[in-house]
Amino acid sequence: MGPRPLPTPSQTVGPFFGFALPFPGDAEAAVLETGALRIEGQVLDGEGEPVAEAILEAWQGDQFARCRTDPEGAFHFLVSKPARAAQAAGRRPAPHLELTVFARGLLRQLATRIYFPDEAQANAADPVLALIEPARRGTLVARAEGGVLHFDVRLQGAGETVFFAL
Amino acid sequence: MAAELEPPYLHPDYRSTVLRAPSRPLLRLPEEWFHTAPGPAFGRVPVAPGDANLTRQHAGEPLGERIIVSGRVLDGDGRPVRGTLVEVWQANAAGRYVDAGDDHPAPLDPNFTGAGRCLTDGDGRYRFLTVKPGAYPWRNHPNAWRPAHIHFSVFGPELASRLVTQMYFPGDPLLPLDPVLQAVPEQRGRDLLVSAFDLELTEPEWALGYRWDIVLRGRAATPLET
Repeated sequence: MGPRPLPTPSQTVGPFFGFALPFPGDAEAAVLETGALRIEGQVLDGEGEPVAEAILEAWQGDQFARCRTDPEGAFHFLVSKPARAAQAAGRRPAPHLELTVFARGLLRQLATRIYFPDEAQANAADPVLALIEPARRGTLVARAEGGVLHFDVRLQGAGETVFFAL
Repeated sequence: MAAELEPPYLHPDYRSTVLRAPSRPLLRLPEEWFHTAPGPAFGRVPVAPGDANLTRQHAGEPLGERIIVSGRVLDGDGRPVRGTLVEVWQANAAGRYVDAGDDHPAPLDPNFTGAGRCLTDGDGRYRFLTVKPGAYPWRNHPNAWRPAHIHFSVFGPELASRLVTQMYFPGDPLLPLDPVLQAVPEQRGRDLLVSAFDLELTEPEWALGYRWDIVLRGRAATPLET
């Protein structure tokens, strides 16, 4: 084999993806029947201002949902709550969704996770949450509000969401 | 390491990064927990056979220089990534996006939307027929212009392979002036985002060909198959 090729660098998704990346039903990976969850939130910048030019992807297993933020920076997903993964190599991850954020002003995507508030015990044993300082763990756990889950993405500053190195 | 060729999140010359780049260090997870986990199952994204031809989405033909853009999607070991989703979007030949948020006073083209999709074939190859996008002004700094570019979104098999980027055209005098491209450190990194004119890909009396290969992260240090 020859030398390994260099990975293609990332560039921003820019502001003008709205006619290309959304597709019909994109935010709904599950139908709103027994077990489907609505997760909603806002993407906020370092001054707490909404980020309108963002597009988020949430997935786990076969589920994939995509949602463009609206002028208030708001997004929502309809998903089935994933099952707790099987134990592997002594680790037992708590149920979660992978979340990727693209936006104007992000030269590369940001990756984080959404964990569930009714899984306190599983979350306490989750190996990824365990790597995060306790004061910031909460940024990855959705809040139950009425019948929906709420999850904000704070790109910078106070309450900054924990993001993973890609 | 290849990671040095990625743009940083904070690149003040690109003004929008200043309030959007994370200020805390990113959490590094062990490779096998995260990077090599399966990526999104993109099967719900609709792909129709005609979606790779951006010149045939309306009653008439779009204005502009007709071009073929094609290349291979490879993994970090240089192997083809087959059957993966490639999405593209771009401005029209006058440098105007269909997007409602674009207020550049250049004409819209009723025969051009500027969005396409395809799945890579058995060699990892994608191919789009489109028109060459125009450069356009933006408000990043006085007299700022984006070089002509086509946006690409590619999935690949793993969480780490998901890529959104932009493809540029060779010889564009705006390339050295563009803070988005210049955020990529090192000339060899920026060169990876510039397509090559290709006479073999060019179709006589029809369309100019530009070749651009995409290398996704992942599959690093995979043992050689025997």
